[in-house]
Amino acid sequence: MSVRDDRQNPVPPGADAGQVSSGQDGMRTMTYAEAVREAMAIAMERDDRVFLMGEDVGIYGGAFGVSNDLYQRFGTERVRDTTISELGIVGMGVGAALTGMKPIVEIQFSDFLCQAMDQVVNQAAKLHFMVGGQANVPLVIRAPGGSGTGAAAQHSQSLEAWFAHVPGLKVVMPSNATDAGALLLAALDDPNPVLVLEHKLLYKQSFEVPAEFPAARLGEGVIEREGTDLTIVATSVEVRRALEAAGQLAEAGISAEVIDPRTIKPLDVELILNSVSRTGRVLLVQEAPKFAGFMAEVSSTIAESAVFGDLQAPIRRLCGLDTPIPYSPKLERASVPQVEDIVREATALVGEW
Amino acid sequence: MPELDALNAYRTMWRIRLFEEAVEDLYGRGMMHGTMHLSIGQEAVPAGACATLVEGDQITSTHRGHGHCIAKGADLGRSMAELLARDNGYCRGRGGSMHIADVATGNLGANGIVAGGPPIAAGAALSNQLRGTDQVCLCFHGDGAVGEGSWHEALTLSSMWSLPVVFICENNKYGMSMSSEKAFKVDQLSEKAVAYGIPGETVDGNDVEAVHEVVGRAVARARAGEGPSFIEALTYRWRGHSKSDKNLYRTREEISQWRDRDPIARYAAELLERGSVSQEDLNAVQDEVRNEIREAVRFGTQGEEPTVEAMLAGIYAPSPVDARELAAR
Repeated sequence: MSVRDDRQNPVPPGADAGQVSSGQDGMRTMTYAEAVREAMAIAMERDDRVFLMGEDVGIYGGAFGVSNDLYQRFGTERVRDTTISELGIVGMGVGAALTGMKPIVEIQFSDFLCQAMDQVVNQAAKLHFMVGGQANVPLVIRAPGGSGTGAAAQHSQSLEAWFAHVPGLKVVMPSNATDAGALLLAALDDPNPVLVLEHKLLYKQSFEVPAEFPAARLGEGVIEREGTDLTIVATSVEVRRALEAAGQLAEAGISAEVIDPRTIKPLDVELILNSVSRTGRVLLVQEAPKFAGFMAEVSSTIAESAVFGDLQAPIRRLCGLDTPIPYSPKLERASVPQVEDIVREATALVGEW
Repeated sequence: MPELDALNAYRTMWRIRLFEEAVEDLYGRGMMHGTMHLSIGQEAVPAGACATLVEGDQITSTHRGHGHCIAKGADLGRSMAELLARDNGYCRGRGGSMHIADVATGNLGANGIVAGGPPIAAGAALSNQLRGTDQVCLCFHGDGAVGEGSWHEALTLSSMWSLPVVFICENNKYGMSMSSEKAFKVDQLSEKAVAYGIPGETVDGNDVEAVHEVVGRAVARARAGEGPSFIEALTYRWRGHSKSDKNLYRTREEISQWRDRDPIARYAAELLERGSVSQEDLNAVQDEVRNEIREAVRFGTQGEEPTVEAMLAGIYAPSPVDARELAAR
């Protein structure tokens, strides 16, 4: 069982988000975007095969500033600005991966993966299988998802369930800076295509990060906070909201355990089932719409398992509304679970059952 | 560039022709299932193009890819075994006709998606460039692929980065039933190269020596670091698009006219006229290939059926962490 160290909680709002600073115990403050950048730099330093390509990742520094100065440090050969050609660049990532390179392809918004679906789903995911194991596709695709920036319906989606549904792909959703760095390095160490869905709202958030990214493994979740009354399983930005909600719930006398699967495919089923078995109640939180979403899979997995008998309450899901993400700040906020929604649902779950 | 060895080119074309005729026969007799796309009539393009390559060079292929794979040196037995859905096939029975690959020898794979290959070929070429090798990737595609956005993106990026890749369009006149003349309002598809700032050339795709010469120039250019080219090879598929084709979109006369331009018979006649080879030489090649195909069918039919267990173990490549754990057990 893996329990998150308390020190990795986010730095309180107001802390300087722009500086990487070192603390006394080897911890340092770093934003999520900086962690992704540092992981890419580490990977490029230690392995000539690693390179980054994407739209505006060079002198522009990336649409969200993730690549920033990497092109100055590693040159334009290894930090490559592409034309606006998502299908082309993912396909080139596949071709380069097949022939001895380890490409990182940045897709500016995860919504634009729709443009690249053939190469992600029909090519990258299936090649190792289709050719009888002759070849691997060690391709990492990074793409930010999620709402909360006023970018409206074509720049705010959470499409993880689509990709998790495709055999052959691995799907990672880091919820903090340490994981953003550590899981990216794990993804680069993996011989399979890995989609890393980052979150736009987290990019500028600061976190306490250890001096070196810990070794991580795709398919290993973490208990972010231990508790006894209910288990909250959440992904990406909803992990942050769930942790904040858990703090408020504690003040009201409710002890919530918060689990972050970190990788949704492969999924750390054991971690979730063990927790649910102990707490007897489970609240599943995701930003994506409820219908046919990833948490439906988690829900079914729990319901089909032996821990079903340990449940003291029906499994409850708290998800995004079944709507495209709207522009209005009021509507956008109402469309996805917020901290108060998690507190309300958790309180009801524990109170009613 | 390697010189074209006439008898080798003739042999390659016969290998493709007889392989596909055997496949058609096995299918007709119910010994092969699924679907397949035959390239009978188009053999000169892969035979001429792949003869320009050297060891280490790569190709990407298409749904009509038997010819490309054979010309790149695919083992006939493992190819036949794959089509027969056996465990000793190239893809262990997981891929079938549309996914034959031999990655170790640079065949990066046939592809069931029209224009699925061009970005992959461009990526292989980028890899060649980044690794500082002089490898070249040949990207075979059909006229249908020219209508795909994927093709446009691959040419755009290959041109921008001067990648060592040659796009070879086998214009066999139809994207399934859509006539390429109707679809593309240019006299020659190679005119499209202008839009990417790269050389474009149209060649008689039923003339193996002409294909070899034109592709050879483009390969030499790519190898010298001067960037990609686009070649249109005019040819014709004698058979339907796939097994469902009733040939409603073309005439018997048209098919018959193109059969008269059979690239194999034509090359044989040319060689005999030149006096560079004898009829006995040609007959010997045919006999040799006939035996190879017979042996390939035997190899394939003797293969084991694949297992569900192996299939399920083959979806993901083992990660280094998993492999270490397995080793420790």
